Amino acid sequence: MVGVEASEERVQQVRDQLGLNDPIPVQYARFAARAILLDFGDSFWQKTSSLRLVIDRLPATFRLAAAAFLLAAPIGILLGAAAALRPQTYLDRIINILSLGGVSMVDFWMALMLIIVFAVQFGWFKTSGYGGFSYMALPTLTLCLSPLGRISQITRSAMLDEMNRSHITVARAKGLAEGRIVFVHALKNAAIPVVTISGDMLSSMLNGAILVETVFAWPGIGYLTLQALQRRDLPLVEATVFVVACMVIVVNLLVDLSYVYLNPRIRFQ
Amino acid sequence: MSEEITLFPEEQTARSRSASRWLIVRALLRDPVSFAAITILVLILISAVGAELIAPFDPLEQDLKLRNMPPMARALDENDSPVGFPFILGTDPLGRDILSRIIFGARVSLTVGLSSALVSGLIGTLLGIIAGYYRGAADDIIMRLVDIQMSIPVLLLALLVLFALGSGFLNLVVVLAIVRWMAYTRLARGQTLALRNSPFIDAAIAIGNTHTRILFRHIVPNVASPLIILGTLEVATLILSEAGLSFLGFGIQLPRSSWGLMIAGGRQYITSAWWIVAFPGLTIFLTTLSLNLLAASLRSISDPVQRERWLRNRTAPANGNS
Repeated sequence: MVGVEASEERVQQVRDQLGLNDPIPVQYARFAARAILLDFGDSFWQKTSSLRLVIDRLPATFRLAAAAFLLAAPIGILLGAAAALRPQTYLDRIINILSLGGVSMVDFWMALMLIIVFAVQFGWFKTSGYGGFSYMALPTLTLCLSPLGRISQITRSAMLDEMNRSHITVARAKGLAEGRIVFVHALKNAAIPVVTISGDMLSSMLNGAILVETVFAWPGIGYLTLQALQRRDLPLVEATVFVVACMVIVVNLLVDLSYVYLNPRIRFQ
Repeated sequence: MSEEITLFPEEQTARSRSASRWLIVRALLRDPVSFAAITILVLILISAVGAELIAPFDPLEQDLKLRNMPPMARALDENDSPVGFPFILGTDPLGRDILSRIIFGARVSLTVGLSSALVSGLIGTLLGIIAGYYRGAADDIIMRLVDIQMSIPVLLLALLVLFALGSGFLNLVVVLAIVRWMAYTRLARGQTLALRNSPFIDAAIAIGNTHTRILFRHIVPNVASPLIILGTLEVATLILSEAGLSFLGFGIQLPRSSWGLMIAGGRQYITSAWWIVAFPGLTIFLTTLSLNLLAASLRSISDPVQRERWLRNRTAPANGNS
């Protein structure tokens, strides 16, 4: 902030101004007192309200997370259900290997490889930046792989348990169409673990996309977090962590509320 | 009298246990996917241990004349004719052999992955069995801590702690262990709760065992196998996290090297020299994929319902099924 050649006096003066010479508990109390009022102070780097900076980045993160989630969840559930309906067949084993491949994916490496092939070689998409489809395609594809794999794994094991239960046998005995048995009787009952893992994946995409956003220079919260950490911009780091924590709480609440709809036996007092 | 109620003589159970262990190993090796996964992991382990013997070049030797050479290229002598051993995976911007760097990098990535998985596993398991065995206040406190930490994204938490502590090899292991202990705690607590009410634990209390003895002699061996499978998965997660953190510049620092750091170093050359980024990343991917596949096979074997099907399909070639 003051440059490398600043005098010792100047350094001390700035430290005093920022309150960095006070004991840690005092600093923490001051932080907590202001944080209650949603005031995290001005960013050292941008010199404006750090909470404002974080909120300005929300739309970009929401767009990317929504696109990746809408791609990952339906495909993951369909693949997982298909594997569960034909257990121990080649279809099941191929889906298993593919979904484990998604889970093991090195996302920042995948991002760079997609850039090399589709942006540099073929020139179909933009390498980085913020904008429409040609900017969004590669980050979305990279970001959806790992959630897709995880959702498909969980769906498979939940559906496998469900298909062996007696109400499925009853439904079969009644002569219901196989499609109705699978989608209405089995999938809805298998939904709770699937919704739980999907919620986890959504909150990790909303805030943990640090690597993917950084590689594609996508101006979301993850990229901002990294920039703040690299510049040792403490107020900005505090504000990002606060916003991220709020989003996790909201997603977890929605997941919990969905249990009541999915399983009417669960009631909140 | 005592002979009548002995279902299995000591000797026989010991033998059948080692026999079933052998059966599991054979089933794993017969399954093509598990076999491939084990082969890759063994290769990586060998390169980590014997890096000096295997690597064709010195991973630190720089030669700017040989920078960014494509895969399979060879050095040129005075007459411009190729000499020496080829750079199988090419060279990096400082003319260092990428294959040799990957082989030496295995040492760093595996050490970080295995040691942080071990530390977090020990801490997490201990807290989990304490919470599940004693219940009450200890359970409440430990599980609330787990809930709190579950709500913070792993990479963000690791970045924050490294930001506060400073980066470096030892800090990285500590941070990764701190970040992942709760996975083991949840599993160990659940398993312990299920065991807690079984008759043999009541019997152990009735004959006057101390709680510590019950925990380590009766609970730990019975919760070990799902935890070992979780540990395999965790090593994969931790290797991925280490690579990500190093890629962002918060993990392993130069002049040390790791797979993640190699990708970061090649990032600005992706338009001209794709191999600098491609091969280290492929190595990470194959390692984590192999660990995940191995864990999945181990899980199906350790589940009694699935095991029967597994062993039937994969140990009897006479069925023409393997």
